Amino acid sequence: MIKQVLSLVAIVLLAALIFAPMLINTPLHTSLTPLANYYATQGADDLGAPNLVTAIVVTYRGLDTLGEVTVLFIATAGIGFLMGKKKKLITPKRPASELLQNGASFLLPIIILFGVYIFMHGHLTPGGGFQGGVVIASGILFMMLINQDWSHNVFLFLESFSGFFYVTIGALGIVLAGGFLDNRILPLGTFGTIFSAGAIPLIYSLIGLKVGTELVGILHAMRGEE
Amino acid sequence: MNLVMALGFLLVIIGLWAMLTQKNLIKIIIGFSIIDTGVHLIIVSIGYIKGRTAPILDASVSVADAANKIVDPIPSALVLTAIVIGLAVTALMLTFVIKLYQKNKSLSIDDYQELKW
Repeated sequence: MIKQVLSLVAIVLLAALIFAPMLINTPLHTSLTPLANYYATQGADDLGAPNLVTAIVVTYRGLDTLGEVTVLFIATAGIGFLMGKKKKLITPKRPASELLQNGASFLLPIIILFGVYIFMHGHLTPGGGFQGGVVIASGILFMMLINQDWSHNVFLFLESFSGFFYVTIGALGIVLAGGFLDNRILPLGTFGTIFSAGAIPLIYSLIGLKVGTELVGILHAMRGEE
Repeated sequence: MNLVMALGFLLVIIGLWAMLTQKNLIKIIIGFSIIDTGVHLIIVSIGYIKGRTAPILDASVSVADAANKIVDPIPSALVLTAIVIGLAVTALMLTFVIKLYQKNKSLSIDDYQELKW
């Protein structure tokens, strides 16, 4: 009881002293900040990507994204390390129901295709590598539910492959263009078509593969059997 | 005053309450996830400008007119990455819970006194 009262006091203090002033004093913007204004006016000419969020994530702040993929990798490695090599599941397995089996095998290609579509069109439409990767991982989860697992080595290979080429393309930017992860190592192409915006579709596809395979790694480690 | 930001702070408060008062480790992690979502809402609401549209240049948002028609793209980009990190961190915490449960057969935070002082 005393603990709950203390928690309540702590939360009320936090809300009154920090949250409420922030809520009241944060101004409602009516125009873009100078940095956002630069991205809005120059972004299309600079990078050729219609989706400005993608331009920021992949190129302007590409180093952040590389660091973020690294955080994801470390989290996955931690999960794999903690879950370790597995004993068999304790409960006896029974095959998935026919409904699930047919539904999953029907939906799996469509889900994978949708994920690939999302990260290929990351520079044109809302979406990109992270979202596409998660969609692909959900498709693989479906496959795990019906016990039709591919060899996990395929995913490990894809993960290393995409991570390696992501950094390689980033380093090529130093040699061929303005700096690390610069997308102008490839021609910018026609604004608004799929093969445009330089290396952005390529980098975002690699990020999508990397995120997808890392999430599959998490699912695989948590699945609890080897 | 910003309604989305107010809702974000409300979610943070709910999640904090869950983390401070609940004994079950899984419920503490759920509280963390709720805080996570609240923080995302707050960040997105900072970049919102009333009456504007998503920062994607197409037929309805021309390049020349973009600065007057789109919301701030930077908070969106930050939240985009934060969501995936939140997912990975939640998975890592759940793994810790699985390991703790396998060792001590308990999900109650009261049974883990090692770091208490």
